[in-house]
Amino acid sequence: MSQSQLADAQVTLPVAAGQVGRLSQALMAMVLGVFVVGMVGFSHIDVVHNAAHDVRHSNAFPCH
Amino acid sequence: MSTFRSIVFASVIAGFIVGLIVTVVQQFGTVPLILKAEVFEKAAEAHQHDTPATAQPAAAGHDHAGHDHGAGGHDHGAGAWEPRDGFERNAYTAAANILTAIGFALLLAGFFAVRSGATGALVSWHEGLLWGLAGFAVFTLAPGLGLPPELPGVPAAPLLSRQIWWLAAVLATAGGLALIAFRRSVPAAIAGVILLTLPHLIGAPELANIETNVPSSLTHQFVTAVTVTSLVFWTLLGGLTSAMFARFDRGADQRT
Repeated sequence: MSQSQLADAQVTLPVAAGQVGRLSQALMAMVLGVFVVGMVGFSHIDVVHNAAHDVRHSNAFPCH
Repeated sequence: MSTFRSIVFASVIAGFIVGLIVTVVQQFGTVPLILKAEVFEKAAEAHQHDTPATAQPAAAGHDHAGHDHGAGGHDHGAGAWEPRDGFERNAYTAAANILTAIGFALLLAGFFAVRSGATGALVSWHEGLLWGLAGFAVFTLAPGLGLPPELPGVPAAPLLSRQIWWLAAVLATAGGLALIAFRRSVPAAIAGVILLTLPHLIGAPELANIETNVPSSLTHQFVTAVTVTSLVFWTLLGGLTSAMFARFDRGADQRT
């Protein structure tokens, strides 16, 4: 009985909060993605630039 | 957090595979051209290196012998660490390619999650491939029109101004394409086309006169190599990320 209640809660809760949760989780992932690309491709730190040098040129990111 | 987890898993797997494939493609396309250009770059910078330069670049370097070498302070942060040529350099290139692919995959999968949440249907690999083509247009074609892919040793406008224009071109192109694709009305389409052209009407920052001893045929080959490699990158990434995300997302749905 308690198990079916638990199952009910699991079924109804995501439907109510699901859409908002999905959007905010997607946005979080996209911000993370932009941060990773920005660090590899655009950071002005010399060491990062030198490590990713060939990739920056190959992706036509502005370099030097 | 099931959606976030699905996005991250899908992006890491797709990004890892695509990053490795693109690293191999670059070894035949862009990297040899970068290495050739660096011979000219180093020949122009100074003669202190006893590089095994062929006679041709060395001769080109002598043309610049009269120039003031001390003033050319635009090189890669003198003294900072850089990977050694050969395996180490290529290992860092592979890592940076994988990270870049994962980053762009996170962006794509974020859109897939929003899109499938709105339509109720999973994004197919075919739709994902079309998203990948959009990524190619947004991140390579549009900024590349104003700022063509550059080889080392070719002087360009100040870095920050180019990065700002690059970002503006990316945002305007993404916005323009979204208006055309998702708002099916005439005013939105017109606004979309205006957004697409706007960064090119403003124009990318350029130098008044460019003086380089990197041959223009090399630059032309490089532009082609970069653009084709990027097309491979984006179509693979779009298709693979959507297939992976659909798999993880469906699994997440079944568990709840």
